Amino acid sequence: MVKYFLKRGYLFLLYAFLYAPIIVLAFYSFNSSRSRGTWDGFSLKWYIQMFQDRQILTSLYYSLVIGIISSVVATIIGTMAAFGINNMKTLPRTTVMNLTYLPVLNPDIVTGISFMLLFIFIRLKLGFITLLLSHITFNIPYVILSVLPRIKQLDKNMYEAALDLGATPAVAFRKVVLPEIMPGVITGLLLAFTLSLDDFVISFFNTGSGVSTLSITIYSMARRGINPKINALSTLMFVSILTLLVIINLMMSRQKNSKEKESKEVL
Amino acid sequence: MKKGFFRILMVVLCISVLAVGCGKKNQVELNVYNWGDYIDESVLQEFEKKYNIKINYDTFTTNEDMYVKVKAGGSHYDILIPSDYMIKRMIDEGMLEKLDMSNIPNYKYIDSKFKNLEYDPNNEYSVPYMWGTVGILYNKKMVSEKPTSWKVLWDKKYAKQILMMDSQRDSIGITLKMLGYSLNSKNPDELEQAKQALIEQKPLVLAYVVDEVKDKMIAGEAALAVVWSGDAVYCIRENPDLDYVIPEEGSNLWFDAIVIPKGTQHKKEAEMFINFLCETDIAYRNADYIGYSSPHTEAVKRLPKEITSSRHAYPQEEDLKKCEVFVDLGSVLKEFDRIWTEVKSH
Repeated sequence: MVKYFLKRGYLFLLYAFLYAPIIVLAFYSFNSSRSRGTWDGFSLKWYIQMFQDRQILTSLYYSLVIGIISSVVATIIGTMAAFGINNMKTLPRTTVMNLTYLPVLNPDIVTGISFMLLFIFIRLKLGFITLLLSHITFNIPYVILSVLPRIKQLDKNMYEAALDLGATPAVAFRKVVLPEIMPGVITGLLLAFTLSLDDFVISFFNTGSGVSTLSITIYSMARRGINPKINALSTLMFVSILTLLVIINLMMSRQKNSKEKESKEVL
Repeated sequence: MKKGFFRILMVVLCISVLAVGCGKKNQVELNVYNWGDYIDESVLQEFEKKYNIKINYDTFTTNEDMYVKVKAGGSHYDILIPSDYMIKRMIDEGMLEKLDMSNIPNYKYIDSKFKNLEYDPNNEYSVPYMWGTVGILYNKKMVSEKPTSWKVLWDKKYAKQILMMDSQRDSIGITLKMLGYSLNSKNPDELEQAKQALIEQKPLVLAYVVDEVKDKMIAGEAALAVVWSGDAVYCIRENPDLDYVIPEEGSNLWFDAIVIPKGTQHKKEAEMFINFLCETDIAYRNADYIGYSSPHTEAVKRLPKEITSSRHAYPQEEDLKKCEVFVDLGSVLKEFDRIWTEVKSH
């Protein structure tokens, strides 16, 4: 009995620490005072002001666009690279894998500054393109690292069997190989998207005039104090991700149920 | 489901690429780089409508961040709003354009008190945007008599009730002032004394803070704090028990001013923008939104009496007499760095 409560208590504490900051943040997004020191009553004014704030909305737009494009492109490039690496001989493979680990272990600030120097060196104007290029590049290793284990687990005979049964290589790839490695690809995609959305240091050095991501905009408010509009925005983002997760989970469990039913019927 | 997922992704991808691709062409674009949350945004839209010029507005956190971005090149800003000592440094390094004042007729509204200052002696490079002082914000319920000197921050009576700024230039500067020296001192002897004083003060200090100071003072968590005047005005509005004072030894007088960096393609439009910011109505709206002190004589007249007559935001001449503007310290800055690290790690 004591053990049960200990277990539960531990779990409770764990989640309390994880979610307490978010709850506080959401709570203060409804505070009509700007200060965190006083509670002046319930108000939705920060939400209204947030939707009128051009700077916050453009940076949200750029964060999402950069996040989506860079994660998709990095996933495509990374998955192809993972296949290539998997087919290499031992020596080149270990060399390339070490080259892949390097950017992951490299501090962000080094990556950020070296990108900036490179772009200035080749006279590319800092802005949307350079930001996108740097995000794609730092995302690729994460995709490779999450797809590669899946490819290693892949049974080579499956692909050959598909060819024997008359599939063209393209069809065999799409119908046999891709579904097998899909969990790794999705993980890589989501990881890349999150990292891109999160990143401050690399973005700061590689963005130019007119293009700013959310992390840069929020950080720049430090001197005057974080505006509660940011609380409102964060709350909305948290709620929308939460709903998305719930919907995906519901869909997955429904799919699982229907599949189980199907297999029972076949039996 | 997976196929659907990818289709949706592709559609989103295409739309976003298209959306990025079709910015309006043939329109002059001005790239403005300012402190975060430091303008009434409707002002920008009004400028765009009036002159048919698009504004790309970006923000920075510290002068040093801004300096790194501009110095590295490749970012192409047309308007910057840095602080005094950074303007001096950028002038010295030849990074700023001289302004053509005939394009900025509204410059006449700027209070002559704020012209010909040390960082830009001949008013060739900059137009003041906001200004303020550094002083002591105190809680009248916790501090028995009105502080008049920086020495109150060394008073053992207020042990663990003092908040200092976590900023080397400001904290060392006021210590030098307390000791009766210039806050731009380069004298190693004076700096050593300042260091000793700060180390001596450390046990009394509750925390070295930056932005949190406002919330802490409003909530009454500390009795005394070193703050910028603009923040003091905001705190007093939220908690009437607070009051602000510029100590008699004098203090720091700071400016954020508008400049044009070298390499701009649109100097004329940038000057139009500076002139626009100096229009009475616009300057008033910015001062009202930000809450810092405006150098614009006409805009100040329009602000509510209780703000302009208070000595917090708009101190009298005699309060300012002993105040100094920061100058760029060059290599001595490293010494400040070292002192501050030693104090913090003591």
